[in-house]
Amino acid sequence: MIVAVAALLAACAPGSDNKPAQQPAGQVRKDVGALGDVTLTIWDQETRPAQEAQIKALNAQFQSKYPNIRLNRVGRSFDDLRSTIKLGLTANDAPDVAQVNNGKQDMGAFVKAGLLRPMDPYAEAYGWNQRFPEFVRKLASYPDSGDSLGEGKLYGVPQTGELVGIWYNKAKLSQLGVQPPKTWDEFDAALAKAKTAGQLPIQVGNLEKSSGPLLYALAMHRFGNPADETELATGRADANWKTEPNRQAARQVADWVDKGYLTPGFAGLKGDDATEKFGKGEGVFHVNGTWSLAALKAAMADNVGFVLPPGGTVTGGTGLPWAVSSKSKNPDAAAAYIDFITSPDAMRTVASSGNLPVVKAGDQAGTGPERDVLDKWQEASASRKLVPYLDYATPNAYEVVSNSVEQLMAKQLDVEAFLGKLQADLESSRGGR
Amino acid sequence: MAVGEPRRVGYLYALPALLVYAAFLLFPLLHGGWLSLFKWDGLSLGTFTGFSNYGDMFAEEGALAAFGHVGVLILFFSVLPVCIGLVLATALHRVRIRGLPFFRTVLFLPQVIAMVVVAVAWQRIFAPDGALNFLLGTEGKAWLGDSSTALLAVGIVGTWVQTGLAMVLFLGGIGKVSADLFDAARLDGAGPAGEFRSVILPALRGEIGVALTLTVIAALRTFDLVYMMTPLGGPGGSTTVPAYEIYQRAFHTGQVGSAAAIGVVITVLAFLVTYVITRITGRERV
Repeated sequence: MIVAVAALLAACAPGSDNKPAQQPAGQVRKDVGALGDVTLTIWDQETRPAQEAQIKALNAQFQSKYPNIRLNRVGRSFDDLRSTIKLGLTANDAPDVAQVNNGKQDMGAFVKAGLLRPMDPYAEAYGWNQRFPEFVRKLASYPDSGDSLGEGKLYGVPQTGELVGIWYNKAKLSQLGVQPPKTWDEFDAALAKAKTAGQLPIQVGNLEKSSGPLLYALAMHRFGNPADETELATGRADANWKTEPNRQAARQVADWVDKGYLTPGFAGLKGDDATEKFGKGEGVFHVNGTWSLAALKAAMADNVGFVLPPGGTVTGGTGLPWAVSSKSKNPDAAAAYIDFITSPDAMRTVASSGNLPVVKAGDQAGTGPERDVLDKWQEASASRKLVPYLDYATPNAYEVVSNSVEQLMAKQLDVEAFLGKLQADLESSRGGR
Repeated sequence: MAVGEPRRVGYLYALPALLVYAAFLLFPLLHGGWLSLFKWDGLSLGTFTGFSNYGDMFAEEGALAAFGHVGVLILFFSVLPVCIGLVLATALHRVRIRGLPFFRTVLFLPQVIAMVVVAVAWQRIFAPDGALNFLLGTEGKAWLGDSSTALLAVGIVGTWVQTGLAMVLFLGGIGKVSADLFDAARLDGAGPAGEFRSVILPALRGEIGVALTLTVIAALRTFDLVYMMTPLGGPGGSTTVPAYEIYQRAFHTGQVGSAAAIGVVITVLAFLVTYVITRITGRERV
């Protein structure tokens, strides 16, 4: 009886242990025209205006070049795609191509379940290893176990890049008589000067808790070094939060709060609202990503500038990598599509639609803040000073880091308790799960 | 049922609705209960763990806090709106004001607006540079960003939304009370308070039951308001609710079994609460 029940339970357990069968790798076919009539279903999150413009243009170009491939595009916002992709990839009619978030709980989990196709043969065939810098490829690489970002096989490539730097209001800086900061001492001096002059030194809104971690990462860049920070960000075996540089960084953030350098009531202000206020001239500096370029340029024209943090270590990442489902019946066509939308020619379309292209950024046209952003990405993506977001260390890292920094800034956690929370998450994820 | 028609035929009438109900409610409910017995990440093969998801829930701070918060929200979503609704309905009934339909509509309006819109609007009001701080002269106070006020702020919005519903229900109830009863009470020398106690309250027992049931269930399944107004569980996790935990676990942290277990508990709670409320307030079945 017990055996029967156990057998029944095992038979009805949700999920599946069988990894989908894949076409054998090795015979990559690049002659797309000869693939016959193929329909590619593509799930993307290119739904903001600039994104939509580039993907529509590129899809049209692809379509006219290869009329035998029919593109069935399904566009969803980032959150919607993230919430539905798991069901999509496990379904029998899985999309051929999908944009998959880099994190362990997304791409890592899918790799572990065998839902994504390793792209290394295609990278070889199409020369992606030369096209994309190492940092970019690492952000879409996982071993079969899916538990450490940056190792193992390549599972996708992105179209765009992003950096978290320091936006500054040019008019206000010259009123204060300071230059864009090149050293941390200059940054300190500029903040103090702004405060004394009755200006808001750093415009920030942390209601969604997404801006706090950017500030903490900035402080980490001041006291840490890119190698250690990358280990923490990706949850390497010997990563450790309880170090002196991390303590100094935590104290630095608390100090900015204590000195009144941040927007009053930042904990109740939305991140986008803070960016809007900065655009309207409230605040000397604004620590935020290159994704704010369009909004800030529209509001401030050439009165806004963008610099890397002093010292050059900078947080950055890529747009969501485009990956191929294991269940795709046409992986060659899927890979050809991905190659097409990330080619140097495509990068021109990506840039001219108002996005930051992941490669060849320095070659693109642009003036004012756009020039800053293009050149800084070109500089940073080739350097060894680009550090990933702090989200990739553990499956819960995004929530744990966001919540801990929020509480550090609210003085609910002291420096030791703050680092203790981060360390505990790191250790619990090593223990299993 | 008509005399002579066999009972089986009666079931036949109910069959189409029953099928739909079974396919879209009963089956998912049972399936959810089944999933709650597994440790499953939503992708690879789940392992059967019996009731350990339930056991863990009561040992774990996050889930318990979420149930605690929903307790506070019931006060704001249910108790307060019913009390305020009673007062408003009585007042609107006693004082024959002009344009009653207008006021009734305005007070009911929050029910009509999508919760997401409500959340965004109130987020602006509670913002550091928002209307509330302007009125109170406390510029820069982060109501939604402070762990001591965030849940309160969300609760107040709940009260604002639910009061209209309670009031409209009660107004309808009072309308059905025969004018003779009020006259009789007045002849007996009952003041407004006495009239409220001896006429309105007993007459509204059924409506109060309905209002409590609807609003308590709204409180138990609160998600959109909390999710929009205080992202990621609010400051210091002070506004997490079970529905948020379900979403977070099922879609983001790969704990589908644990999410299903919370869902089952919330369902059972809703059943219990509804049962108790109907027992207390319903002389006849409402």
